[in-house]
Amino acid sequence: MQAPVIHIIGLTSIVRKRLLPVSGTVLARLNQKVNPVDVIAETSWAHEHALLDVARLLRVTPTVADRLVKCKVGDLIGANTELAVAKGLFPRSVRAPREGRVVAAAGGQVLMEVGETKTVLKAGIPGTVVEIIPDRGVVIQTAGSLIQGVWGNGRIDSGVLVNLTEKPDSILAAGRLDVSLRGSIILAGMVKDAETLLAAAELPVRGLILSSIYPSLVQKAREMHYPIMVTDGFGSMPMNSAAYKLLSTNAKRDVTVDAEIYDRYSGTRPEVIIPLPISTNPSVPHEVETFAPGLQVRMSRPPAMGMIGLIVAIKPGLTTLPSGLRAPAAEVKLENDETIFAPLVNLEVVG
Amino acid sequence: MPSSLVDGNSLLAIDVGAANTRAVLFDVIEGEYRFVASGSAPTTAEAPLKDVGEGARNAIANLQKILGKTLLDNSRGLITPSQPNGSGVDALVVALSAGPVVKTIIVGLLKDVSLDSARRLAESTYTSIVDTISLNDLRKPDQQIDSILRLRPDLVVITGGTDGGASRSIQKLLEPIGLADFLLPEEQRPVVLFAGNEKMQDEVKNLVGSLTASLHFSPNVRPSLETEDIDPAERELARIFIDIRKQQIKGVELLETWSAGHILPTAYATGRMVRFLAKVYGTKKGILSVDIDASAAIISAGFNGKSTLSVYPQFGLGENLSRLQKYTTLEDILRWCSLDISKGVLRDYLYQKSLYPAAIAATKEDFAISQAVSRQALYLAMQSARRDFPKNIAMIKPTLTPLFEPILAGGGVLSDASRPGHSLLLLLDSLQPVGVTTIILDQNNLLPLLGAAASQNNILPVQVLESGAFLSVGTVVSPLSAANYGTPILRAKLHYENGAEARLELKYGSIETLPLSSGEIGKLTIQVLRGSDVGFGPGRGGTLPVSGGALGVVFDGRGRPLNLPSDAVHRRELINKWNTTLGGG
Repeated sequence: MQAPVIHIIGLTSIVRKRLLPVSGTVLARLNQKVNPVDVIAETSWAHEHALLDVARLLRVTPTVADRLVKCKVGDLIGANTELAVAKGLFPRSVRAPREGRVVAAAGGQVLMEVGETKTVLKAGIPGTVVEIIPDRGVVIQTAGSLIQGVWGNGRIDSGVLVNLTEKPDSILAAGRLDVSLRGSIILAGMVKDAETLLAAAELPVRGLILSSIYPSLVQKAREMHYPIMVTDGFGSMPMNSAAYKLLSTNAKRDVTVDAEIYDRYSGTRPEVIIPLPISTNPSVPHEVETFAPGLQVRMSRPPAMGMIGLIVAIKPGLTTLPSGLRAPAAEVKLENDETIFAPLVNLEVVG
Repeated sequence: MPSSLVDGNSLLAIDVGAANTRAVLFDVIEGEYRFVASGSAPTTAEAPLKDVGEGARNAIANLQKILGKTLLDNSRGLITPSQPNGSGVDALVVALSAGPVVKTIIVGLLKDVSLDSARRLAESTYTSIVDTISLNDLRKPDQQIDSILRLRPDLVVITGGTDGGASRSIQKLLEPIGLADFLLPEEQRPVVLFAGNEKMQDEVKNLVGSLTASLHFSPNVRPSLETEDIDPAERELARIFIDIRKQQIKGVELLETWSAGHILPTAYATGRMVRFLAKVYGTKKGILSVDIDASAAIISAGFNGKSTLSVYPQFGLGENLSRLQKYTTLEDILRWCSLDISKGVLRDYLYQKSLYPAAIAATKEDFAISQAVSRQALYLAMQSARRDFPKNIAMIKPTLTPLFEPILAGGGVLSDASRPGHSLLLLLDSLQPVGVTTIILDQNNLLPLLGAAASQNNILPVQVLESGAFLSVGTVVSPLSAANYGTPILRAKLHYENGAEARLELKYGSIETLPLSSGEIGKLTIQVLRGSDVGFGPGRGGTLPVSGGALGVVFDGRGRPLNLPSDAVHRRELINKWNTTLGGG
């Protein structure tokens, strides 16, 4: 049976698309070496619109209004600029409510884009630009450790990794965050209160890598301007041993936390990338695996939720589970030497 | 059915669900169509494969192993028609529910009229209504435009205007839609379905036709203020859903080609079967089908000439679970739980399970939580669906579930036939049927596939339905009573075909059973006490034929609506007792 895969790998090639949300200008060049803070593309983006019903405001028919409109599509208009004026002893006029650009003018109406802001796209990860996607962005390739998680707040940043945990089930409290951590990415274990997230924002840190987060803090975590990646889940879950080992042994290195929102359809996942020096490009990780003995897996539901183990055997047919349900299952030897039977649908391959 | 009417074609049905894809073979055995076997594999709509064709091939490959028959050729293409060497199948049909919810904006003139019809129409498939635009909308047109641009809907459903009626107001509502579409990049423009004033179709074409991904028309869902006719628009929406999926997920096109266009949304296929059953087998009571799995809860009901189909992705047991708290409280979920589970553990479960929609309960505690969540999700789905049931239907009390015969139940949670008692108690708790009804488990989740097959072969569904492929759980008697806990509310006498007799006294608050095996028919005489009502009228008893099932005749004396004790310890004791009574243990 085909298995879902989560990447927690010491050394691999990492290829990632970095795209603007809308069309813009790509500034990076093919084969350019980029750092996380390098701007690779930019665009101007209006989030709001103003629809002016010229015909209604001037009390004329749409055809007449179209003749009275002075602007055309593409014109940049300053705030309060007169867009149309009616004839008469006391002529009424229509003025632009805000500065903006005319995007449509017909049927007695004028539609303007207003509130345009400039958006820049940073490389996010260090590496080499291996492909230009016209008007949208680039593809960057790098090599290093890759640790994927299960939840992210949609932000990205890079910095030096500082380990504030003693063990995989450590809890980060606000009191541990002092000024020496400003600008760092913090390996933080569990977070159980909003004060800790706010204290990290005040420093500010450049990222938090958590094993788990309370569901009640999810909304607050989304509001934070620094990236937050959760490796294992919600509630009080220790960090899985594979991720913890890789992260804790790479403290003091530059890392990138790309806390992408997990989207099972597009395949985007939150992840930590730790660039490492290489002499030859390592292979790219397998995206598809089939359950088989010897594979390293993580348990996605109880018992032993979050634990890493090795598949010892795939059971033939259906296995009756302690819950009473029957399902295809595997015999899994957990890292604590305990052996359990787990339904295949509750396993994801780590590799 | 004379065998000469059966042309002997084998039919393979593929059900592409959110978590699993199943390949089910129907073939003619001894002159009649039968369900032969099914194979399954994980659905591959998600990354990294993003190609449902792979999951379908894997499911067919597993079916091949079970059958010992070749269905795929060396390049993993489907062999069709069947070959003289026995390989292949003659036809294929597909039911599809996998994929992200279809983000939908509904547009209508008035909130309680056309907008309500638009909502009902949108809810007939796997949509999430992300915004509504109507004359009651206080936003300015530019705010509506910004909302559309921000939400980037996949679909816009427009209703409004009786045939030949209002047109100016609809034009006004169409303006922001057209302008927003104009501003969106071509590849992000929504599909538009216009199901309003049919006289306006040319105008709609002119206003938004060139600005949409595709523009579809269906007959008006509100041809007059008093009349609503959603069925033709539902059919069009089913086609649109498949078109949207073709754009979103690779492999849907391949399945469409393999099936020569016989591909339907799973919910629509289920609805089609329920409509058919209501027409063929319908009595004064309605026919109800419920289905709950990772993608959605689906409630489909057929009444005398009318039917409703409601799809609730928000009550699915997969990726939407983390948002279930928008519709209910943790306390309301925990009231159904047989174990002492804290709110924190439940909240963690909802979020963690949403990360792994395909995961199943392996431990007793996880199972107890999952059953409680399923109950509340199905309960919410039923409550939502009830508001759209027709007004003049058979019922004992308007605030309660109408009278149904039978109730069909399917979906991952309910179809586990190893312990039908668990499924039955879940259904009794969440649907709270009233009166006398038969409960049937669709243990192989065949109903949508039969609905999909009906377009290809109209004999097959009838013969498979009558072949015993569905598991009758039994006849359920649920009296309405206002008695005190422990007070007798009903006496029943069951006469068996062999002349034997069994008696029972039902006390308020308890569940009891009388054995009656599958295939057996009995005569049940009910004497109600203390003004109870089982559908014969308050205080009136009667005699009726009943059919047996895995649990025989089940008497649910817990009252309607079901009020569970507020004391948690007592409540859990009762839940465990009821479970034990029904053999769920």
